[in-house]
Amino acid sequence: MNDPKYTGQEFKVVGTRVKRPDGLDKVTGRARYGADMSAPGQLVGLMLRSPHAHARIKKIDASKAEKLAGVKAVITSADLPDLTGGNSGLYDTLENCMARDRALYDGHAVAGVAAIDRTTAKKALKLIKVTYEKLPHVTDVDEALNDDAPIVQPRYAQDGRHGNLINKGEFGHGDIDKGFAEADVIVERSYKTGQTHQGYIEPHACLASVSPDGTGELWVTTQGHFAYRNNCAQLLGMDIAKLKVTSSEIGGGFGGKTHVWMEPIALALSRKANRPVKMVMSREEVFKASGPTCSTSMDIKIGAKKDGTIVAARAECRYMNGAFPGMWGTLGGMTAFACYNIANNKAIGVNVLCNRPKVAAYRAPSAPMMAFGVESTIDQLAKELGTDPVELRLKNVAKEGTLAPYGPVWGPIGIEPTLEAVRDHPHMRAKLGKNQGRGVACGFWFNIGGQTCSDLNIGPDGTVNLTVGTIDVGGARASLALIAAEELGIAYEDVRTNIGDTSSLGHNDTTEGSRGTFSSGMATIFAARKAIDVLKERAAKMWQIPVEAVTWEDGSAHAVGNEHDNLSPLTLKDIAKKAGNTGGPIAGHHEATADGAGVSFASHIVDVEVDPETGKTTILRYTVVQDAGKAIHPDYVEGQFQGAAAQGIGWALNEEYIYGEDGRLQNGAFLDYRMPVCSDLPSIDTKILEIPNPSHPYGIRGVGETSIVPPLGAIGNAVSNAVGVRMYEVPMSPPRILKALDDASA
Amino acid sequence: MRYESPTTTKAAVALLSGEKGQAYVLAGGTDLLVRLRMDTIEPDLMVDIKRIPAMSEVTKTASGFKIGAAVSGAALEKNKALVKAWPGVVEAANLIGSDQIQGRCTMVGNLCNASPAADSVPALIAAGAKAVIVGKKKRTVPVEKFITGPGQTCLEKGEIVESITLPAPAKKSGDAYLRFIPRTEMDIAVVGVGISLTLKRGVIDSARVSLGAVAPTPLLVKAAAKAIIGTKLDDAALDALAMACTAACNPIDDKRGTIEYRERVAGVLAKRTAKIAYERAGGK
Ligand SMILES: Cc1cc2nc3c(=O)[nH]c(=O)nc-3n(C[C@H](O)[C@H](O)[C@H](O)COP(=O)(O)OP(=O)(O)OC[C@H]3O[C@@H](n4cnc5c(N)ncnc54)[C@H](O)[C@@H]3O)c2cc1C
Repeated sequence: MNDPKYTGQEFKVVGTRVKRPDGLDKVTGRARYGADMSAPGQLVGLMLRSPHAHARIKKIDASKAEKLAGVKAVITSADLPDLTGGNSGLYDTLENCMARDRALYDGHAVAGVAAIDRTTAKKALKLIKVTYEKLPHVTDVDEALNDDAPIVQPRYAQDGRHGNLINKGEFGHGDIDKGFAEADVIVERSYKTGQTHQGYIEPHACLASVSPDGTGELWVTTQGHFAYRNNCAQLLGMDIAKLKVTSSEIGGGFGGKTHVWMEPIALALSRKANRPVKMVMSREEVFKASGPTCSTSMDIKIGAKKDGTIVAARAECRYMNGAFPGMWGTLGGMTAFACYNIANNKAIGVNVLCNRPKVAAYRAPSAPMMAFGVESTIDQLAKELGTDPVELRLKNVAKEGTLAPYGPVWGPIGIEPTLEAVRDHPHMRAKLGKNQGRGVACGFWFNIGGQTCSDLNIGPDGTVNLTVGTIDVGGARASLALIAAEELGIAYEDVRTNIGDTSSLGHNDTTEGSRGTFSSGMATIFAARKAIDVLKERAAKMWQIPVEAVTWEDGSAHAVGNEHDNLSPLTLKDIAKKAGNTGGPIAGHHEATADGAGVSFASHIVDVEVDPETGKTTILRYTVVQDAGKAIHPDYVEGQFQGAAAQGIGWALNEEYIYGEDGRLQNGAFLDYRMPVCSDLPSIDTKILEIPNPSHPYGIRGVGETSIVPPLGAIGNAVSNAVGVRMYEVPMSPPRILKALDDASA
Repeated sequence: MRYESPTTTKAAVALLSGEKGQAYVLAGGTDLLVRLRMDTIEPDLMVDIKRIPAMSEVTKTASGFKIGAAVSGAALEKNKALVKAWPGVVEAANLIGSDQIQGRCTMVGNLCNASPAADSVPALIAAGAKAVIVGKKKRTVPVEKFITGPGQTCLEKGEIVESITLPAPAKKSGDAYLRFIPRTEMDIAVVGVGISLTLKRGVIDSARVSLGAVAPTPLLVKAAAKAIIGTKLDDAALDALAMACTAACNPIDDKRGTIEYRERVAGVLAKRTAKIAYERAGGK
């Protein structure tokens, strides 16, 4: 699909800033999140977790806990037979949900308990006796690749390569040796980034209920209830159709709720106890035992001609995947040089295991780290060339027709327009004071489509229920209702969007990769068009004319042809009212794999002030420019831009997992895992560009992730311009900046 | 767990000394309830002091001020006379937490929690504050002697802090408190500095300097006071002050900051704090 009629469209309601349907319930507290559901007779489930970074589990004696009055079930890995049938990814999930022969990180679950109340469950945890044999551990990504490093997962060690090195993803084209030989100036630097957590405000929570008849229900905060259903059913040997998963309202996910953590254990406990079981993670558990992002270490080398043409670029980045392999390095490698047109480029993303929790996606996963290295190096290259860093980027920018480093040839893309908008933005000309500096950086994200299934049902009064299988984490219900209203030609207020549970729709892929509005939007459009076909048939029936003589415009059926002059239009409501007599309920349905996700680019500007005596950085001003394709609901697009930038700012300045010598996490709480608070951030300015995605009927690209990619690099460049010292490590916390200043003046 | 809310200090002391198990005083609860929820304490008895009228007011006395143990941060800020007399103390107490926390938290709770990083404590030490303790008998302890180690105080079983007393400030005096945190609020001090000083003919005549978060307990640093007494807070005096503060630090390397960093920033903040106190005292 590459349809020119999809661009340059005029919209009636799409693009307006309507009120979100879930707003009132969310601000009054009525909305129900993961922990807000209860069932009669429910038990409290708690998890016993490993206090060791790496240990052999020699014995678990739960007999005393089982005998404690009020304890209804205790689960260990012995209760979870391997039903994964050789699927190694699924086996990893099983082992991550409950340690088997070894605990692989501080916080790894080793046993679960269900009891009549929290006090009893806590007592039971204390009564479970685990005999550990401590094993050597490794938590640093570079140390994990040392010859003498402990091997995290012997089952992945093979073919003579290092046991902690899972694989390398290599991307690019041209001949980089030849390219560097042609370069007049080469900048080569190494960087590191700390491990961060998505920091969603709502901890993981679920209510699980399994009946002896083999059916089950799970209420859970998730980005993908279908994936949770499939995973849980497979791990527990249930039929997929017999497990109904309902996604609650979600208090943020950012990738961290794309994966099951304690949910299969909650179901297993419920099955064993024959009672509903509720589990809610503490914040410490969320930090220790959900899925934070990778820490990284990387080497970047970029070479240019004197005129500023970048002729060669090489990146190698080692991504710490935690205790289980992921594709994180591979994704990072694909993104490294996506913003640029470089004749000879090569990017290598390396996946490395460590004794840390299994890494999950975090908003444009793997791209921000790579962009920190690349965008910092480009600024240094500009300095060596004596040219303006924005002009250097523009000179080498990728355009329609450029061969992307990971294979495709770009269609219409937004990186050049965002950079031009940055160059021309008044922010770039605002005066800077003492100890202040400005930085710019770019970012890219793929976005995805995937399996989607939506239903649109028209009620007897002509109001519309739209049921989708992607969850609403940032205003999607409003956006999708706008789309349905646009297609049907009715008022936004007449459409109610619902998130269907897994028994009400076909499989929908997880809401990740900024796919929600893109793919459910597409399915909504086609479902609405099918409903319009039915509406036209019904109008024809009511008029007793051939359906070919009926058109649909502005929410009404019109009879065409002079012979039908006497027939005044029938509105959707008129037709809906008579549906019982004309063939029954009116609906539209669409299922498909949504192809043609549109890549999105962003360029950011940031001003900082650095206190040279304490090393503290203050963000003075921040501007995001990003291509949205089409902003269905501009407020929520801007919200995504701002939220992504805010998370990037936290990552750049203070957020970081800190591990002790003992391999244990030292800052599993918001006091010492320093996310920005409101007063740490300026009001973030946004500029939406709309370069339509030619593969989507409304031109939509995903917008949720791209803007977390530039902040690390932009802030690194700004700090360097403020104090004249380059920062090679994120977070650029006050002690690190002060040390860099000292080292530079020594 | 039993919860009691007596209306007199005497009744509170009787409850505390009569309890065989773990007994805790509950003031604002912003430390205690957090620890309860985190399962680090399992109290048998909690004695809420917020219903004791004598503990809920700030009074001006012949010698200065008496601040009841249950007075919240928000209430301190509203007391104009106190703000005028000891702006640094009130500012330090007001740095604690957020608006919500301010509505509850107390200086005495901050002191009794005995964190090395407690914000109001260095300001209280600099101001020469004393804790009035009631138990079997009444006693008064200077704040710098109250905290004996991280989480540890000089309180005996059955004892309760009834109030904090502050002297009336001398003429031409000023106090200030600054802390360093990586964020703008809702954070724990990496370094805190409280300073109070008095001028005589434009020269610093007396001073008290206290450091927080750089040692197991908040410190009263006499050498730092000495460095600025007899000066007009010129650059040399400020450098000497910074050096004395850096030297007094005995911090740990931890997730919140390295030893090196804390020592450096203690000096930096001491200079900035001294300048504010000096200006408040009318120094130029
Ligand atoms: C979100 C948040 C932010 C915070 N920010 C800061 C901050 O910025 N700076 C800072 O220093 N602290 C901070 N704190 C910690 C806390 O708010 C302060 O230490 C506060 O001053 C404690 O006062 P309270 O009245 O709530 O104490 P409580 O929790 O009631 O008591 C604290 C301890 O003192 C004991 N105690 C209380 N009163 C007496 C008494 N009269 N006699 C004997 N023992 C007593 C209690 O038994 C308990 O052990 C923060 C806490 C939270 C939750």
